[in-house]
Amino acid sequence: MNEADAPRHGTVEVRIHGRGGQGVVTAAELLATAAFHQGRAAQAFPSFGSERTGAPVVAFCRVSDSPIRAHDPVLDPDVVVVQDPTMLHVPGIQAGLEPGALLLVNSVRHPEDLPLPSSRAQVVTVPASELARARLGRPLPNTALLGALAGLTGIVSLPALQRAIRGRFGGAAAEQNAALAEDGFRIGRDHHATGADHAQAG
Amino acid sequence: MTELKLYQVGTFAAGNRLLDPSERTEQSGAGRTNSITSGHRACRGCGEALAARVVLDAAMRACGGRMVTVNATGCLEVFSTPYPESAWRVPWLHSLFGNAAAVATGVASSLRAQGRDDVRVVAQAGDGGTVDIGIGCLSGMFERNDDVLFVCYDNQGYMNTGAQRSGATPAAASTATTRPVGRRIGNAFGTGKSLPAIAMAHEIPYVATATVADLHDLERKVSTAIRLHGSRYLHVLVPCPLGWGTDSADTVRVARLAAESGFFPVFEAVDGEVTEVRQIRRQVPVEDYLRLQARFAHLFGEPGHPDVVARLQRQADRSIARFGLLEGEPS
Amino acid sequence: MLRQVEGSRAVAETVSRCRPHVVAAYPISPQTHIVEALADLVAEGLAGTCEFLLVESEFGAMSACIGASAAGGRAYTATASQGLLFMAEALPNASGLRLPIVMTVANRALGAPINIWNDHSDAMSQRDSGWIQLFASSNQEAVDLHVQAFAVAESLHVPVMVNMDGFVLTHAMEAVDIPEQSEVDELLPPFRALHRLDPDDPVTIGAMVGPEAFTEVKYLEARRQLRALDVVQQAADRFAAVVGRRSGGVVSTYRVEDAEVVLVGLGSLLGTAADVVDELRDDGLPVGLMGVTCFRPWPFDEVRNTLGAMRHVVVLNRAVSVGAGSILGADVRLTLAGTPVVVHDVVAGLGGRPVTRDLVRFLLTDAMADRLSDHELVFPDLEQALAARALEAELAREEVGP
Repeated sequence: MNEADAPRHGTVEVRIHGRGGQGVVTAAELLATAAFHQGRAAQAFPSFGSERTGAPVVAFCRVSDSPIRAHDPVLDPDVVVVQDPTMLHVPGIQAGLEPGALLLVNSVRHPEDLPLPSSRAQVVTVPASELARARLGRPLPNTALLGALAGLTGIVSLPALQRAIRGRFGGAAAEQNAALAEDGFRIGRDHHATGADHAQAG
Repeated sequence: MTELKLYQVGTFAAGNRLLDPSERTEQSGAGRTNSITSGHRACRGCGEALAARVVLDAAMRACGGRMVTVNATGCLEVFSTPYPESAWRVPWLHSLFGNAAAVATGVASSLRAQGRDDVRVVAQAGDGGTVDIGIGCLSGMFERNDDVLFVCYDNQGYMNTGAQRSGATPAAASTATTRPVGRRIGNAFGTGKSLPAIAMAHEIPYVATATVADLHDLERKVSTAIRLHGSRYLHVLVPCPLGWGTDSADTVRVARLAAESGFFPVFEAVDGEVTEVRQIRRQVPVEDYLRLQARFAHLFGEPGHPDVVARLQRQADRSIARFGLLEGEPS
Repeated sequence: MLRQVEGSRAVAETVSRCRPHVVAAYPISPQTHIVEALADLVAEGLAGTCEFLLVESEFGAMSACIGASAAGGRAYTATASQGLLFMAEALPNASGLRLPIVMTVANRALGAPINIWNDHSDAMSQRDSGWIQLFASSNQEAVDLHVQAFAVAESLHVPVMVNMDGFVLTHAMEAVDIPEQSEVDELLPPFRALHRLDPDDPVTIGAMVGPEAFTEVKYLEARRQLRALDVVQQAADRFAAVVGRRSGGVVSTYRVEDAEVVLVGLGSLLGTAADVVDELRDDGLPVGLMGVTCFRPWPFDEVRNTLGAMRHVVVLNRAVSVGAGSILGADVRLTLAGTPVVVHDVVAGLGGRPVTRDLVRFLLTDAMADRLSDHELVFPDLEQALAARALEAELAREEVGP
C-alpha cells in the first residue's frame, strides 16, 4: 500500500491494537505528532476505559491534509497494527479492513504462519519485540512498529517520527526509541521495495 | 485540717468589676463588636445566639477585626438573616447545610492566593451541620489542615426544623424523632459520636470544648484558637430552651450543670493530645442536670426510668475518669 | 502557537493562563487528565498564585469554589456525570449567589447502570441550575470557550459550565492553538467581585428570602440569564478580535443557507456531521447543520430564525428524559411552534455509543425522503430485536398474577 492508494479526502486512518502497558495509546499519539511536525492534520485517541494493565486496548489515528472535523471511531481503517500477536484471535481485530488495506503484526513468524483467519488486507509481520529487546532491553514494540509503518507506507517520515519520539521520551529512552524507529523503518522500506510479505530483520 | 474552698458569688460573672480590666471578658466591655447584634429572631434564652456573639466578639478582638465568617444552614443562619434584614456586623457568607467547612476552606485559599491571608476565617455550624451532614467536608478540611477555625454550636439536635435527633443527641433524650413512645425511652444508647474526639484523631493543631456557662473560658479558647494557623475546632454546648424543654432563664445554669455533672467534659487538646482540662468545681449528680429539661422528663415521675438515669450517671462518671475532671490527672 | 496536544492538557493550560486564584479538584473519569495537568502546572508555578485544593468530594469542590469566589477570587473546577450530581445542591447556590465560577464538565452518562462513556445526560440534568451552559464541538473550541467563559461569567456575575465530550474530546490529541498569556490578559481583566467577604466593608451574603420577595429575585435572575445570550456573543466577538479566530457564540451553522433538511446537535458530533453534510451536498442533497453552542440560556431567536423555513429538522439528542422524551428536541419544538417545519426527535449516542457517519447519513437521507418518523422518539442505533425480546420478557414476568 502506498500513498497513491490513500482513501477519500487524502485521509489515512490507522487502528492500533495491543494490551494495556504496551504503549498502544502512545503509539497513536507519536504517529499523530509526527504527522503534525510535517504540517499535516492529525488526530489520535484511544478507545476508552478504566485503567487496567494487560487488558485489550485500541487506539486510533487519523492523518490528513485537510482539517479533521470528525470525532467518530475509525471503522474503516487503512492500516491495522497489532502490537501483541496473542490478540490475533480477538473478534473485531480485522473489522473494517478492505482489500488494499494493511495489517501490520508484531511477530517473528511469516504471515502465513500466523494464527489468523484469512485476511482481506495485505499482512506484513515485523519482529518488533525482538528489535526492542535488543535496543531497550524490554519487548516494547510500539516505536519499531511505527518505524516499519512509516517505511511501508510513507504515512510519516522517519525524521518526523524521530522528532516526535524525542519530544515524548527523555534521556536514554529518547535515543534508544529513535534508533528503534529507524530499525523498523529500514525493514518496512526494504519490504516495500521487495514486495515480500515477511520483513526480515537485520 | 480540711481545706476550705471559698466561692465568691460573681467570681465567674461576666462583668465582675473586681477583676483587673485586662482580665475582664470582651462581653463585659462597651467596645465589643456585637458581631451579631440585636433584632435577630432567636427564641428567648437561645444558647446559640449568646455563644455566637461571645465567640465572634472574642475573635474580632483577638485578630484586630480581620476576620470573615462562613455559616452553615441552621438556627443561627435562619434567625439572623431574615431578608431584608441582617443581624451580622461582620463579613458573613451563608454556605449550605453540609459544606461550611469546604466553603470556609475555599475562602481561606482564596484569601491566601490574593495575598490577603492576614484575614482569618471562622466557620460556624450547628451539631447537625457538623457531625452528620457536615462530617465529610469537615474531615477533609481537618485532613488537609486548612486554615479555618470551625466552631460547632451544639444544641444536640436539628432544632431549626423542629428538634429532631442528630448524631450529637445524648442517649435517652426525647426528640421529635425519638419520642419515648411504645417501648422506646428516647434516643438509643450506644449511638452518637464525639466530634471533639474525631477532631483529635485528625491531630489538628487545636481542639477545645466549652459551654456558654463560662464566658472567660470560652473567650480564652477563642482567642487562643484564632491566633493559631491550620485547622482548629471549637465545640460549644449551647442549651436550646425550645428543644431541651428548659426555662428560657435557665440557659446558662443548665450549661453549667452539664459541665459540673461531668456529662459534658470541658478540655483542650493540641495535635491530638489532651493538654488542659477544666476541673469540676463542685460535682453535681446528673439527675440535677436532667430534671431541668423536659426532654428527659419521661425518666422521672411514676414509675420513671431510674435505671436509665443510673446509666446516664455511669456515662458521666466514665467521662470524669477519662478526662480527670475531679482534681486528678487525665487517665 | 499550534501544538499537538491532548484536549484535557490544552484545557488545563488555558485555565492556568486565566489566572485562577483557586482550583478545587476531585478526580472522576473522564476529567482526570484536566485536574492532573492543573496540579502539575500549579506546582511548576505556571499558574501564578493559584491555590490548588485536593478536596474530598465534588460537593467539596464546588463548595470550595463558592467560598473562593465569595472571598473575591477567580475559582475553577471540573467534573463529570456522578460528580456533577454530587455537587447538585451547590450549583443553584452558586448561581443564586451570583458567583462567576467556571467549571468544565467532561460529558459522561449518568448511572445506574454505571457508564463512564460519553453522552450529554449529565449536563442535561443540571440545565435548570441557573448556570450558563456552553458546548464545545472540538478541542480548539473547548480551549477558546474557557477563556470566553470567564469573561462571560465575570461580566454578568453568573457561573458558566463549559461542556466537552468526555473521552472523545478530553482524550483526543489534536492540533490546538492555546491563546498567549497576553491575549488572555487582554480578554480577562483582573477579577472584580459583585460582592465579597471583606473586613473593610462587611456584607451579609446569602440571606433567607421569604415568599414576599423570592419571586422577584427569581424573575430578575431569569431576565439576567437571557441577557447572557448577548454577552456570550460579545465575548465570542471580542475573542475573535483579539485572537483572530472565530469560535463560541450562541449557535453555529454549516451550509444552512439553501438547505431543506438540517441536523441539530451539541458537541463533537457536529464535526462528524459536517463531513457527512459535505458528502451529501456533493450528491446534490440540500442538507445543513446547526450546532447549539450556548444551550442555556436557550437561543430562541437564533434557532427560530435559522430553522423556521426548513422542511425538516432532525434533532440528535444524546440524552433522554425518561418518562417524557427528548430534551434538546423539546426545546427545538417549542421554538418552532407555529412554523410548518417537520421536527424529527432522535435519541442516539447514549453511554458512549458513537455517533457515526453512517448514522448521520441515514438520518439526513431518510428525513429528506420523508421516511423518518416525526411523531415519536426515534432510536436509530438501538438493537431493535434485542430490545423487543427483552420488553416481551419483562411484560411476561409482570403478568404473572394470583
